[in-house]
Amino acid sequence: MSYKLKIALNVNSESFEADVEPRMLASDFLRDELGLTGTHVGCEHGACGTCTIILNGVSVRSCLLLAVQLDEANIETVEGLGTTREMHRIQHAFREHHALQCGFCTPGFLITVREILDTLPLRNDKEIREALSGNICRCTGYDHIVKAVRTLVNERDKRLNS
Amino acid sequence: MKPAAFEYLRPKTLADALAALDHEDAKIIAGGQSLLPMMNFRLVQPERLVDINQIEQLNQIEKTDTGIRIGALVRHAEAARSSLLAEHFPIIAKAMVHVAHVAIRNRGTVAGSMCHADPSAEWPLLVTLLDGEIEILGNSGTRSAKPFEFFLAPLVTEIEETEILTAIHLPLIANPCRMAFDEIAQRAGDFAAVAVGTLVCVEGNIFSEIRLCLGGVFDTPVRAFAFENALIGQPASVESIEAALPLVLKDLEPNDDIHASAAYRLSLVSALARRVLFDTIDEMM
Repeated sequence: MSYKLKIALNVNSESFEADVEPRMLASDFLRDELGLTGTHVGCEHGACGTCTIILNGVSVRSCLLLAVQLDEANIETVEGLGTTREMHRIQHAFREHHALQCGFCTPGFLITVREILDTLPLRNDKEIREALSGNICRCTGYDHIVKAVRTLVNERDKRLNS
Repeated sequence: MKPAAFEYLRPKTLADALAALDHEDAKIIAGGQSLLPMMNFRLVQPERLVDINQIEQLNQIEKTDTGIRIGALVRHAEAARSSLLAEHFPIIAKAMVHVAHVAIRNRGTVAGSMCHADPSAEWPLLVTLLDGEIEILGNSGTRSAKPFEFFLAPLVTEIEETEILTAIHLPLIANPCRMAFDEIAQRAGDFAAVAVGTLVCVEGNIFSEIRLCLGGVFDTPVRAFAFENALIGQPASVESIEAALPLVLKDLEPNDDIHASAAYRLSLVSALARRVLFDTIDEMM
Protein backbone atom coordinates (compact mmCIF):
# COMPACT_ATOMS: atom_id res chain seq x y z
CA MET A 1 0.00 0.00 0.00
CA SER A 2 3.00 2.22 -0.43
CA TYR A 3 2.06 5.20 -2.56
CA LYS A 4 2.53 8.94 -2.46
CA LEU A 5 0.23 11.94 -2.42
CA LYS A 6 1.07 15.43 -3.61
CA ILE A 7 0.97 18.25 -1.07
CA ALA A 8 1.59 21.99 -1.37
CA LEU A 9 2.28 24.06 1.69
CA ASN A 10 3.89 27.18 3.02
CA VAL A 11 6.65 26.88 5.61
CA ASN A 12 8.16 29.99 7.18
CA SER A 13 6.77 32.10 4.28
CA GLU A 14 8.29 29.84 1.63
CA SER A 15 6.23 27.64 -0.72
CA PHE A 16 6.94 23.93 -1.04
CA GLU A 17 5.52 21.05 -3.04
CA ALA A 18 6.26 17.45 -2.25
CA ASP A 19 5.08 13.88 -2.72
CA VAL A 20 4.64 12.09 0.58
CA GLU A 21 3.62 8.65 1.75
CA PRO A 22 0.39 8.92 3.77
CA ARG A 23 2.06 7.38 6.82
CA MET A 24 4.85 9.96 6.96
CA LEU A 25 4.60 12.10 10.11
CA ALA A 26 4.71 15.88 9.73
CA SER A 27 7.77 15.98 12.01
CA ASP A 28 9.69 13.58 9.75
CA PHE A 29 8.59 15.48 6.66
CA LEU A 30 9.89 18.80 8.00
CA ARG A 31 13.20 17.28 9.04
CA ASP A 32 13.93 14.67 6.38
CA GLU A 33 12.25 16.10 3.29
CA LEU A 34 12.60 19.86 3.86
CA GLY A 35 15.81 19.68 5.90
CA LEU A 36 14.31 21.83 8.65
CA THR A 37 15.97 19.98 11.51
CA GLY A 38 15.21 22.69 14.07
CA THR A 39 11.99 20.81 14.83
CA HIS A 40 13.17 18.01 17.10
CA VAL A 41 11.70 14.55 17.51
CA GLY A 42 11.63 13.15 21.04
CA CYS A 43 8.92 10.75 22.13
CA GLU A 44 6.87 10.49 18.92
CA HIS A 45 3.65 10.09 20.85
CA GLY A 46 2.78 13.60 21.89
CA ALA A 47 4.22 13.55 25.40
CA CYS A 48 7.44 15.58 25.22
CA GLY A 49 6.56 18.65 23.13
CA THR A 50 9.89 19.16 21.39
CA CYS A 51 8.31 18.74 17.92
CA THR A 52 5.80 21.58 18.49
CA ILE A 53 5.19 23.76 15.42
CA ILE A 54 2.67 26.43 14.44
CA LEU A 55 -0.05 25.10 12.08
CA ASN A 56 -2.33 27.80 10.65
CA GLY A 57 -1.65 30.09 13.59
CA VAL A 58 -1.84 27.64 16.50
CA SER A 59 0.72 25.37 18.12
CA VAL A 60 0.43 21.63 17.49
CA ARG A 61 2.54 18.51 17.92
CA SER A 62 4.05 17.68 14.54
CA CYS A 63 4.50 14.02 15.58
CA LEU A 64 0.71 13.78 15.97
CA LEU A 65 0.07 15.12 12.51
CA LEU A 66 0.56 13.49 9.12
CA ALA A 67 2.55 15.17 6.40
CA VAL A 68 -0.49 14.82 4.08
CA GLN A 69 -2.46 16.90 6.58
CA LEU A 70 -0.09 19.81 5.94
CA ASP A 71 -1.55 20.19 2.44
CA GLU A 72 -2.53 23.85 1.88
CA ALA A 73 -1.36 24.74 5.40
CA ASN A 74 0.74 27.60 6.70
CA ILE A 75 3.49 26.28 8.93
CA GLU A 76 5.93 28.08 11.16
CA THR A 77 8.88 26.23 12.64
CA VAL A 78 11.66 27.43 14.92
CA GLU A 79 13.67 28.37 11.81
CA GLY A 80 11.00 30.99 11.12
CA LEU A 81 11.44 32.66 14.50
CA GLY A 82 14.89 34.15 14.02
CA THR A 83 18.44 33.45 12.91
CA THR A 84 21.70 33.26 14.86
CA ARG A 85 22.43 36.83 13.84
CA GLU A 86 18.94 38.15 14.23
CA MET A 87 17.35 36.28 17.06
CA HIS A 88 13.71 36.61 17.96
CA ARG A 89 13.02 38.35 21.27
CA ILE A 90 11.93 35.00 22.74
CA GLN A 91 15.27 33.45 21.78
CA HIS A 92 17.10 36.43 23.32
CA ALA A 93 15.21 36.00 26.56
CA PHE A 94 16.08 32.31 26.67
CA ARG A 95 19.76 33.14 26.17
CA GLU A 96 19.78 35.93 28.73
CA HIS A 97 18.25 33.71 31.39
CA HIS A 98 20.17 30.50 30.58
CA ALA A 99 16.84 28.85 29.81
CA LEU A 100 18.52 26.01 27.97
CA GLN A 101 21.34 23.61 28.63
CA CYS A 102 21.49 20.81 26.06
CA GLY A 103 18.94 22.61 23.89
CA PHE A 104 17.06 19.52 22.73
CA CYS A 105 13.71 20.69 24.07
CA THR A 106 14.25 24.36 23.22
CA PRO A 107 12.56 24.52 19.77
CA GLY A 108 9.34 23.21 21.29
CA PHE A 109 9.52 25.64 24.19
CA LEU A 110 10.17 28.59 21.87
CA ILE A 111 7.15 27.76 19.71
CA THR A 112 4.92 27.19 22.73
CA VAL A 113 6.02 30.50 24.25
CA ARG A 114 5.31 32.23 20.95
CA GLU A 115 1.69 31.12 21.21
CA ILE A 116 1.04 31.58 24.93
CA LEU A 117 2.44 35.13 24.95
CA ASP A 118 -0.35 36.00 22.52
CA THR A 119 -3.15 33.96 24.05
CA LEU A 120 -2.78 33.69 27.82
CA PRO A 121 -2.58 36.29 30.61
CA LEU A 122 0.22 34.39 32.43
CA ARG A 123 -0.40 36.40 35.58
CA ASN A 124 2.02 34.48 37.77
CA ASP A 125 4.64 31.74 37.66
CA LYS A 126 2.06 29.06 38.40
CA GLU A 127 0.16 30.01 35.25
CA ILE A 128 3.40 30.08 33.26
CA ARG A 129 4.32 26.61 34.51
CA GLU A 130 0.86 25.30 33.63
CA ALA A 131 1.07 26.77 30.14
CA LEU A 132 4.49 25.16 29.64
CA SER A 133 3.44 21.81 31.10
CA GLY A 134 3.22 20.20 27.66
CA ASN A 135 6.95 20.65 27.10
CA ILE A 136 9.45 18.51 28.97
CA CYS A 137 12.98 19.69 29.80
CA ARG A 138 15.38 17.25 31.46
CA CYS A 139 18.21 19.73 32.14
CA THR A 140 17.13 23.06 33.52
CA GLY A 141 14.65 22.19 36.22
CA TYR A 142 12.45 24.78 34.47
CA ASP A 143 13.32 27.69 36.78
CA HIS A 144 15.31 29.55 34.15
CA ILE A 145 12.72 28.88 31.47
CA VAL A 146 10.05 30.34 33.73
CA LYS A 147 12.28 33.37 34.38
CA ALA A 148 12.72 33.93 30.64
CA VAL A 149 8.98 33.72 30.08
CA ARG A 150 8.30 35.99 33.05
CA THR A 151 10.60 38.61 31.46
CA LEU A 152 8.78 38.29 28.14
CA VAL A 153 5.38 38.57 29.83
CA ASN A 154 6.48 41.70 31.71
CA GLU A 155 7.71 43.26 28.47
CA ARG A 156 4.46 42.34 26.76
CA ASP A 157 2.30 43.79 29.52
CA LYS A 158 4.36 46.99 29.60
CA ARG A 159 3.94 47.32 25.84
CA LEU A 160 0.18 46.69 26.07
CA ASN A 161 -0.23 49.23 28.87
CA SER A 162 1.79 52.01 27.25
CA MET B 1 7.98 4.61 16.00
CA LYS B 2 6.18 5.18 12.73
CA PRO B 3 2.66 4.20 11.67
CA ALA B 4 2.22 1.16 9.45
CA ALA B 5 1.20 1.93 5.88
CA PHE B 6 -2.44 2.82 5.20
CA GLU B 7 -4.60 4.22 2.47
CA TYR B 8 -5.49 7.88 3.11
CA LEU B 9 -8.79 9.46 2.09
CA ARG B 10 -9.85 13.02 2.79
CA PRO B 11 -13.55 13.41 1.98
CA LYS B 12 -15.02 16.91 1.77
CA THR B 13 -18.61 15.87 2.47
CA LEU B 14 -20.33 13.59 4.96
CA ALA B 15 -21.71 11.50 2.10
CA ASP B 16 -18.20 10.91 0.78
CA ALA B 17 -17.00 10.13 4.32
CA LEU B 18 -19.70 7.48 4.76
CA ALA B 19 -18.74 5.99 1.40
CA ALA B 20 -15.08 5.94 2.45
CA LEU B 21 -16.01 4.04 5.62
CA ASP B 22 -17.51 1.24 3.53
CA HIS B 23 -14.38 -0.86 3.90
CA GLU B 24 -13.49 -3.76 6.16
CA ASP B 25 -10.77 -1.92 8.09
CA ALA B 26 -11.33 1.84 7.94
CA LYS B 27 -10.79 4.26 10.80
CA ILE B 28 -11.80 7.90 11.13
CA ILE B 29 -9.17 10.46 12.10
CA ALA B 30 -10.39 13.75 13.61
CA GLY B 31 -7.79 15.57 15.72
CA GLY B 32 -5.65 12.45 15.92
CA GLN B 33 -4.36 13.25 19.40
CA SER B 34 -5.16 9.76 20.70
CA LEU B 35 -5.26 7.82 17.43
CA LEU B 36 -1.86 8.90 16.09
CA PRO B 37 0.05 7.93 19.25
CA MET B 38 -1.61 4.51 19.00
CA MET B 39 -0.72 4.31 15.32
CA ASN B 40 2.86 5.39 16.04
CA PHE B 41 3.08 2.58 18.58
CA ARG B 42 1.37 0.31 16.00
CA LEU B 43 -1.26 -0.60 18.54
CA VAL B 44 -3.68 0.42 15.81
CA GLN B 45 -2.98 -0.33 12.14
CA PRO B 46 -5.98 0.62 10.03
CA GLU B 47 -5.81 -0.27 6.35
CA ARG B 48 -7.68 2.89 5.50
CA LEU B 49 -7.65 6.23 7.29
CA VAL B 50 -10.60 8.56 6.64
CA ASP B 51 -9.62 12.13 7.52
CA ILE B 52 -12.76 14.18 8.29
CA ASN B 53 -10.93 17.46 8.98
CA GLN B 54 -11.99 19.00 5.66
CA ILE B 55 -15.73 18.59 6.31
CA GLU B 56 -16.52 22.17 7.22
CA GLN B 57 -20.03 21.61 8.51
CA LEU B 58 -18.59 19.67 11.46
CA ASN B 59 -16.85 22.78 12.83
CA GLN B 60 -19.83 24.68 14.21
CA ILE B 61 -21.07 25.49 17.69
CA GLU B 62 -24.67 26.62 17.33
CA LYS B 63 -27.84 27.25 19.29
CA THR B 64 -30.81 25.03 18.49
CA ASP B 65 -34.43 25.09 19.69
CA THR B 66 -33.58 22.96 22.69
CA GLY B 67 -29.94 23.59 23.46
CA ILE B 68 -26.46 23.86 22.02
CA ARG B 69 -25.10 21.67 19.27
CA ILE B 70 -21.33 21.20 19.27
CA GLY B 71 -19.95 19.88 16.00
CA ALA B 72 -17.66 16.88 15.96
CA LEU B 73 -14.57 18.78 14.83
CA VAL B 74 -14.75 21.58 17.39
CA ARG B 75 -11.31 21.65 19.03
CA HIS B 76 -10.95 21.72 22.82
CA ALA B 77 -9.39 25.20 22.56
CA GLU B 78 -12.31 26.47 20.44
CA ALA B 79 -14.84 25.12 22.93
CA ALA B 80 -12.92 26.87 25.72
CA ARG B 81 -13.07 30.19 23.81
CA SER B 82 -16.69 29.95 22.62
CA SER B 83 -18.85 32.80 23.90
CA LEU B 84 -22.01 30.75 23.26
CA LEU B 85 -20.71 27.94 25.47
CA ALA B 86 -19.46 30.44 28.07
CA GLU B 87 -22.98 31.86 28.28
CA HIS B 88 -24.83 28.55 28.68
CA PHE B 89 -22.22 26.07 29.92
CA PRO B 90 -19.37 27.89 31.66
CA ILE B 91 -18.37 24.51 33.11
CA ILE B 92 -16.95 23.55 29.70
CA ALA B 93 -14.21 26.19 29.70
CA LYS B 94 -13.39 25.23 33.30
CA ALA B 95 -12.99 21.61 32.27
CA MET B 96 -11.03 22.31 29.07
CA VAL B 97 -8.16 23.78 31.09
CA HIS B 98 -7.52 20.25 32.31
CA VAL B 99 -7.44 18.63 28.86
CA ALA B 100 -3.79 17.78 28.16
CA HIS B 101 -1.73 20.79 27.06
CA VAL B 102 -2.01 23.89 24.87
CA ALA B 103 -0.86 22.21 21.64
CA ILE B 104 -3.09 19.16 22.17
CA ARG B 105 -6.11 21.35 22.96
CA ASN B 106 -5.54 23.20 19.69
CA ARG B 107 -5.86 20.00 17.68
CA GLY B 108 -7.91 17.48 19.67
CA THR B 109 -11.66 17.39 19.04
CA VAL B 110 -14.88 16.84 20.94
CA ALA B 111 -15.77 13.82 18.80
CA GLY B 112 -12.33 12.33 19.18
CA SER B 113 -12.51 12.52 22.95
CA MET B 114 -16.02 11.01 22.93
CA CYS B 115 -15.08 8.14 20.61
CA HIS B 116 -11.78 7.43 22.35
CA ALA B 117 -13.87 7.07 25.54
CA ASP B 118 -11.11 7.22 28.11
CA PRO B 119 -12.81 6.79 31.52
CA SER B 120 -10.89 9.80 32.86
CA ALA B 121 -11.52 12.15 29.94
CA GLU B 122 -13.39 15.43 30.35
CA TRP B 123 -15.86 15.40 27.42
CA PRO B 124 -17.43 12.03 28.24
CA LEU B 125 -17.93 13.25 31.81
CA LEU B 126 -19.38 16.59 30.69
CA VAL B 127 -21.82 15.03 28.23
CA THR B 128 -22.92 12.51 30.87
CA LEU B 129 -23.32 15.20 33.52
CA LEU B 130 -25.22 17.54 31.21
CA ASP B 131 -27.46 14.72 29.97
CA GLY B 132 -26.42 15.37 26.39
CA GLU B 133 -27.22 13.40 23.27
CA ILE B 134 -24.73 12.06 20.81
CA GLU B 135 -25.62 12.57 17.15
CA ILE B 136 -24.46 9.72 14.93
CA LEU B 137 -24.69 9.51 11.15
CA GLY B 138 -24.83 6.16 9.38
CA ASN B 139 -25.94 4.83 6.04
CA SER B 140 -29.56 4.66 7.18
CA GLY B 141 -29.56 8.25 8.45
CA THR B 142 -29.00 10.08 11.71
CA ARG B 143 -29.68 8.57 15.12
CA SER B 144 -28.97 9.77 18.62
CA ALA B 145 -27.64 8.00 21.68
CA LYS B 146 -27.54 8.90 25.35
CA PRO B 147 -24.16 8.72 27.11
CA PHE B 148 -25.13 5.70 29.22
CA GLU B 149 -25.93 3.83 25.99
CA PHE B 150 -22.93 5.15 24.08
CA PHE B 151 -20.06 4.40 26.50
CA LEU B 152 -19.65 0.66 27.01
CA ALA B 153 -16.21 0.18 28.57
CA PRO B 154 -12.80 1.89 28.67
CA LEU B 155 -12.02 2.92 25.07
CA VAL B 156 -15.16 1.14 23.84
CA THR B 157 -18.35 2.78 22.57
CA GLU B 158 -21.35 1.42 20.73
CA ILE B 159 -20.69 3.43 17.55
CA GLU B 160 -20.37 1.22 14.47
CA GLU B 161 -17.27 1.35 12.29
CA THR B 162 -19.42 2.58 9.41
CA GLU B 163 -20.85 5.49 11.43
CA ILE B 164 -19.64 9.03 12.16
CA LEU B 165 -20.18 10.97 15.37
CA THR B 166 -21.33 14.30 13.89
CA ALA B 167 -22.19 16.35 16.99
CA ILE B 168 -23.19 16.41 20.61
CA HIS B 169 -26.33 18.17 21.81
CA LEU B 170 -26.49 19.72 25.26
CA PRO B 171 -29.99 20.63 26.46
CA LEU B 172 -30.25 24.08 28.04
CA ILE B 173 -30.26 24.19 31.82
CA ALA B 174 -32.81 26.29 33.71
CA ASN B 175 -31.41 29.44 35.22
CA PRO B 176 -31.21 28.97 38.99
CA CYS B 177 -28.67 26.19 38.42
CA ARG B 178 -24.92 26.28 38.81
CA MET B 179 -22.24 23.95 37.49
CA ALA B 180 -18.72 23.22 38.65
CA PHE B 181 -15.89 20.93 37.61
CA ASP B 182 -12.54 19.95 39.05
CA GLU B 183 -10.05 17.14 38.75
CA ILE B 184 -6.79 15.92 40.21
CA ALA B 185 -3.97 14.57 38.04
CA GLN B 186 -0.40 13.78 39.01
CA ARG B 187 0.92 16.51 36.72
CA ALA B 188 -0.85 19.35 34.90
CA GLY B 189 -2.36 17.90 31.73
CA ASP B 190 -2.10 14.24 32.69
CA PHE B 191 -5.16 12.05 32.63
CA ALA B 192 -7.21 12.68 35.75
CA ALA B 193 -6.90 10.24 38.64
CA VAL B 194 -10.39 11.48 39.47
CA ALA B 195 -12.56 14.13 37.81
CA VAL B 196 -15.86 15.41 39.20
CA GLY B 197 -18.55 17.61 37.71
CA THR B 198 -21.73 18.82 39.31
CA LEU B 199 -24.93 20.63 38.50
CA VAL B 200 -26.89 22.11 41.39
CA CYS B 201 -30.30 23.76 41.15
CA VAL B 202 -32.00 25.55 44.02
CA GLU B 203 -35.61 26.69 44.13
CA GLY B 204 -37.16 28.26 47.24
CA ASN B 205 -34.02 27.41 49.23
CA ILE B 206 -34.46 23.71 48.44
CA PHE B 207 -32.17 21.59 46.26
CA SER B 208 -34.53 20.98 43.33
CA GLU B 209 -32.02 19.16 41.18
CA ILE B 210 -28.60 17.72 41.88
CA ARG B 211 -26.31 15.93 39.49
CA LEU B 212 -22.87 14.65 40.38
CA CYS B 213 -20.78 12.84 37.80
CA LEU B 214 -17.46 11.08 38.40
CA GLY B 215 -14.67 10.22 35.98
CA GLY B 216 -11.70 7.92 36.52
CA VAL B 217 -13.45 5.65 39.02
CA PHE B 218 -15.23 3.20 36.73
CA ASP B 219 -15.20 1.94 33.11
CA THR B 220 -17.28 4.94 32.01
CA PRO B 221 -18.32 8.23 33.64
CA VAL B 222 -20.85 7.50 36.42
CA ARG B 223 -23.56 9.51 38.13
CA ALA B 224 -23.73 9.33 41.93
CA PHE B 225 -27.47 8.60 41.95
CA ALA B 226 -27.71 7.54 45.59
CA PHE B 227 -26.18 10.85 46.66
CA GLU B 228 -28.29 12.86 44.22
CA ASN B 229 -31.55 11.27 45.32
CA ALA B 230 -30.75 11.80 48.99
CA LEU B 231 -30.06 15.49 48.48
CA ILE B 232 -32.94 16.47 46.21
CA GLY B 233 -35.67 18.13 48.28
CA GLN B 234 -33.34 18.93 51.15
CA PRO B 235 -32.67 22.51 52.35
CA ALA B 236 -29.98 24.14 50.22
CA SER B 237 -27.17 24.23 52.75
CA VAL B 238 -23.64 23.07 53.41
CA GLU B 239 -25.03 20.85 56.18
CA SER B 240 -27.33 19.00 53.77
CA ILE B 241 -24.42 18.36 51.42
CA GLU B 242 -22.19 17.12 54.24
CA ALA B 243 -24.91 14.78 55.48
CA ALA B 244 -25.40 13.19 52.06
CA LEU B 245 -21.74 13.19 51.00
CA PRO B 246 -20.82 9.68 52.25
CA LEU B 247 -23.36 8.33 49.71
CA VAL B 248 -21.11 9.52 46.86
CA LEU B 249 -18.85 6.56 47.65
CA LYS B 250 -21.72 4.05 47.66
CA ASP B 251 -21.01 1.11 45.32
CA LEU B 252 -17.82 2.73 44.04
CA GLU B 253 -14.98 0.27 43.44
CA PRO B 254 -12.29 2.15 41.55
CA ASN B 255 -9.22 0.36 40.20
CA ASP B 256 -5.65 0.50 41.40
CA ASP B 257 -3.31 1.58 38.64
CA ILE B 258 -0.02 3.39 38.17
CA HIS B 259 -1.74 6.77 38.47
CA ALA B 260 -3.50 6.21 41.78
CA SER B 261 -4.49 3.50 44.23
CA ALA B 262 -8.16 2.68 44.72
CA ALA B 263 -8.07 4.06 48.26
CA TYR B 264 -6.53 7.32 47.07
CA ARG B 265 -9.16 7.60 44.33
CA LEU B 266 -11.92 7.23 46.91
CA SER B 267 -10.46 9.99 49.05
CA LEU B 268 -10.14 12.18 45.95
CA VAL B 269 -13.79 11.56 45.08
CA SER B 270 -14.88 12.80 48.51
CA ALA B 271 -12.60 15.83 48.44
CA LEU B 272 -13.42 16.85 44.89
CA ALA B 273 -17.17 16.25 45.30
CA ARG B 274 -17.19 18.49 48.35
CA ARG B 275 -15.11 21.11 46.51
CA VAL B 276 -17.30 21.34 43.39
CA LEU B 277 -20.55 21.25 45.37
CA PHE B 278 -19.35 24.04 47.64
CA ASP B 279 -18.23 26.01 44.56
CA THR B 280 -21.79 26.03 43.28
CA ILE B 281 -23.16 26.97 46.70
CA ASP B 282 -20.66 29.84 46.98
CA GLU B 283 -21.87 31.18 43.65
CA MET B 284 -25.51 31.07 44.67
CA MET B 285 -25.38 32.34 48.24
